[in-house]
Amino acid sequence: MFSYTLFIMLLPLLSFIVLGLAGMKMQHKVAGLIGTCSLGIVTILSYLTAFQYFGMERVDGVYQTFVPYNFTWLPLGNLHFDLGILLDPISVMMLIVISTVSLMVHIYSFGYMHGEKGFQRYYAFLSLFTMSMLGLVLATNIFQMYMFWELVGVSSYLLIGFYYPLKPAIAASKKAFIVTRFADMFFLVGILTFGYFVDSFSFSFAGDIVMGQGTTPFIEGNIAKAVAAGGFIIPTALVLMFIGGAGKSAMFPLHIWLPDAMEGPTPVSALIHAATMVVAGVFQIARMFPLWIEYAPQAMSIVVWVGVFTAFYAAAVACAQSDIKRVLAFSTISQIAFMMVALGVSLPGHHGAVLDNHAQLGYMAGMFHLFTHAMFKACLFLGAGCIIHAVHSNEMALMGGLRKYMPITHITFLISCLAIAGIPFFSGFSSKDEIITACMEYSPVVGWIMTGIAAMTAFYMFRLYYGIFWGTENKEAHEHHTPHEAPLTMTIPLIVLCVITVGVGVYTTLGGFMEWGGSFGSYVSAAGTDYTIHFNTQIALTSTVIAILSICLATYIYKGESQPIADRLYKTFPKLHRAAYKRFYQDEIWQYVTHRIIFRCVSTPIAWFDRHVVDGTFNFLAWGANEGGESIRSWQSGDVRQYAVWFITGSVALTLILLCI
Amino acid sequence: MNYSEFLKMIPEAFLVLALILVFIGDFCLNKSERKNAVLSKLAAALLVVVGVVTTSVTPESAFGGIYASSAAINVMKVILAFGTLIVMIMAQPWVEKTHRLAGEFYMLLISTLLGMFMMMSSGSFLLFFLGLETASVPLACMVAFDRHRKDSAEGAAKYILVATFSSGVMLFGISFIYAATGTLYFDDVANVVTGSPLCIMGLTFFFSGLGFKISLVPFHFWTADTYQGAPTPVTGYLSVISKGAAAITLCTILMKAFGPMVEYWNYLLYIVIVLSITLANLFAIRQSELKRFMAFSSISQAGYIMLAVVGNGQLGVAALTYYVLVYIVANMAVFTVINVVEHNNGGRTDMAAYNGFYQTNPKLSFLMTLALFSLAGIPPFAGMFSKFFVFMAGVQNGDPMAYIVVFIALVNTVVSLYYYLLIVKAMYITKTDTPLPTFKSDNGTKIALALCTAGIALFGVVSCVYEWIAAAGL
Repeated sequence: MFSYTLFIMLLPLLSFIVLGLAGMKMQHKVAGLIGTCSLGIVTILSYLTAFQYFGMERVDGVYQTFVPYNFTWLPLGNLHFDLGILLDPISVMMLIVISTVSLMVHIYSFGYMHGEKGFQRYYAFLSLFTMSMLGLVLATNIFQMYMFWELVGVSSYLLIGFYYPLKPAIAASKKAFIVTRFADMFFLVGILTFGYFVDSFSFSFAGDIVMGQGTTPFIEGNIAKAVAAGGFIIPTALVLMFIGGAGKSAMFPLHIWLPDAMEGPTPVSALIHAATMVVAGVFQIARMFPLWIEYAPQAMSIVVWVGVFTAFYAAAVACAQSDIKRVLAFSTISQIAFMMVALGVSLPGHHGAVLDNHAQLGYMAGMFHLFTHAMFKACLFLGAGCIIHAVHSNEMALMGGLRKYMPITHITFLISCLAIAGIPFFSGFSSKDEIITACMEYSPVVGWIMTGIAAMTAFYMFRLYYGIFWGTENKEAHEHHTPHEAPLTMTIPLIVLCVITVGVGVYTTLGGFMEWGGSFGSYVSAAGTDYTIHFNTQIALTSTVIAILSICLATYIYKGESQPIADRLYKTFPKLHRAAYKRFYQDEIWQYVTHRIIFRCVSTPIAWFDRHVVDGTFNFLAWGANEGGESIRSWQSGDVRQYAVWFITGSVALTLILLCI
Repeated sequence: MNYSEFLKMIPEAFLVLALILVFIGDFCLNKSERKNAVLSKLAAALLVVVGVVTTSVTPESAFGGIYASSAAINVMKVILAFGTLIVMIMAQPWVEKTHRLAGEFYMLLISTLLGMFMMMSSGSFLLFFLGLETASVPLACMVAFDRHRKDSAEGAAKYILVATFSSGVMLFGISFIYAATGTLYFDDVANVVTGSPLCIMGLTFFFSGLGFKISLVPFHFWTADTYQGAPTPVTGYLSVISKGAAAITLCTILMKAFGPMVEYWNYLLYIVIVLSITLANLFAIRQSELKRFMAFSSISQAGYIMLAVVGNGQLGVAALTYYVLVYIVANMAVFTVINVVEHNNGGRTDMAAYNGFYQTNPKLSFLMTLALFSLAGIPPFAGMFSKFFVFMAGVQNGDPMAYIVVFIALVNTVVSLYYYLLIVKAMYITKTDTPLPTFKSDNGTKIALALCTAGIALFGVVSCVYEWIAAAGL
């Protein structure tokens, strides 16, 4: 019944092939239209899928998992590599996120990339990326996921380096690719470990698991065998996979590529580095969630603490950045860490073996935050794109007072800032509040830390907002080049994303207080059951008050024409500011580790060994092969009698050898 | 005699029919201007029919088991018919330009194929030997087809002399087996054969006969001279079709008739594989004549094919068949390029002729590069998958010796990569003031190259090809 889902993957692929092969011969407009139309159809199909899927009857209170396509690509004994499509609540939810944001970015790019050289190439890569990302979330097995995971990495590499004549773009694309590839290596080892012991790559456990009741009906695979081989195997495999996910999702210390990736075109940052690709790691954890919770609950704390630290660290750095895209990049890192924490804290721990409603909360909250964050963060990035388009710079110093010139961008940006800050009636409030509630359940320490980070979020976002739209106006620069509102193609996506943010926000906020059904939790929850969101009034109130206080603080410091407090703070703590501005010297540390330690202490001796010992051996072998070839040349004399002699000698010799054994 | 038994040999019956039709065509069109063109199309169409018919027949045995086909054999027949079709298409410019004897060439081609089909689906040593000879004699004629060239005749002479010699040795071996077991039927032989010295002698002598056809070391000495002397399409035919047919025959006979002696012939194979792959690689490095080079390449590839037999099972047969299929497309692509270059440049087949080839003929050099990559086993081309399956099959029997042999084969793939890349280097990197002039390929070459390239690109990635082969039981 979901046979049309195949087109969701085929259309972007087709558009990539067409644009890739014939794009250069097309006009810009035609190429853009092909890309956008194919994505438009994909979006319609995705919504249709979601409508049909969530409209179906639950069986035993759980949404069924559908596999409309699954064909065996390479059979290898017990193991086989499959390619297919799997529909379950999270993959359908991701379909909506990816297709919506991607469509908005496609439309937006019409205006933003107007007149760029390589416009067609840009749209071809966008299609490739969308196809890979859809393939990743629809994967029926971990190996297919890995393949598309790599493809996503490749298309991200191509898009970051889109402005390839510029040096920083090339450096950034290389950095992103190498860092994520480094992490993916662990992912692959994890997959192979898993496949080796479990005899299956399939996700058939998803949706079939009845969590925590000791009965885990695996259709395929042999978890029992892996468990018998040693209790640590599955946790190890999962943690290795998590390292891969941490690379893609920019978790500390593998986050270093994401801020640099901002060298790519801004719509690309919105699509790849805010809404879709960077949440692949979160999605991966959610996908493997039944295994985590059943076989590696202790290891979950790794996810939690990596997440907590990353969230804090990125928020601290975001407070001191002056490049608006980098502020958004660090905010993205911090928000993804929120999702990771949310997944990590959904443990059956305190409530015995049975996973009750409270423990499910984290999973639902993580997925919910993924959804809302994708919308408002894409809106923020696209808004930043409009601003960069208007002032031709990323530096906050050149902005200030832009609210007069760019009303639509201003309003949408403000709404998104309110959403990310967690103000009621905006979508971020509902999801973030659920995360904090889940954290409080897990451990009050984590809960309060996360509340603090949420306050920091509100602060730095409003610092950014005031820095751009209020604050000191750089009159000199604006005189020279008056900022103007972006064209319609660019503002419409902003408005659409804002409407989603506000709509979802109002519905879920009201729904959360009044305990309406039909909210996000009814569709996506850990056990697939209908989960009704209801706010813990105390926590909701606290976090709202704290968010409003931080916004007030930011207003107090940054709103005015001159900012005496900010300057004084800067003068009092110059070292701290500088360290935060320099991102706590993370890049330098990595540079030191790679160049000084790895290159000098490990690579140089290996290089010596390679040059003298390995090369020497091979040179000797090559010399031997050459000499050997020369010396046996006379055997091939052209004399038929001699051939016959060799022939019969060979036969007799073989006979003698066989007789001897 | 019950003549209706012939109806159970449908692929062979259709080949005979094709032979007769080509003969009639040749006879009737004797004076016609368009004779060659019509005949080539007729022969190609008939081969397609044979291929299609073979896919649809159910394998049967006839004449009390003397003829015994199987699904795996039928798959191989289809593949060989496909390969012969490519040879026929790529041979067109050569046939048209240099000969008025097109009909004879096609008839010889079809009769060797008939011999191979017989040989492959034999159930007794008698029919096997008849098939082998039916395939051998027309092949010698084909090698000698360029009558005006001295080395063509020389190659044919060497081929027929060594072939006769090897037939003698093989008959000697078969008579030992008969002496030891009292029967010529494979199934019966399997019941009584033991590891007695008589049987071992029978096995090795029989093995040398087929080793000659597959050109395994030490029975390979004719290969280089014959490959170099033969017309290029015939060299291509010898290197893939003839070799593939002999390989599957050897595989089935070893498994069927010599099943109880598996440990003996496994050792035999280990020795021969290591020798073939290693020595042929050493020889290939130093060749400067492309057809001779391809001869040594084909000897080493034969070693890889035999690796599949070591597995001694269903996977082995499937891996062997798949390897032959992939080898056909890759090798025929190389020979098609050699052929078209030879005919446009006054018969040059030396490697120096290819220096700077990319500057003047970028498309041909690109396709040649793809084919060489596939032969060397570079992913994602089909050659990598076929090598992978062969290695898988090789280690399947769990013998530690097999692991060592597979390891040696793996090391040798690196060496082979080196010499295949020598040609790529000549085409792309080596600078020369006098590269071959730009020329236009004829239609036959284009079609053959298109078929081969599609095969190289797709046979690996599209998994249904391997599944089709693997599904057919022996």
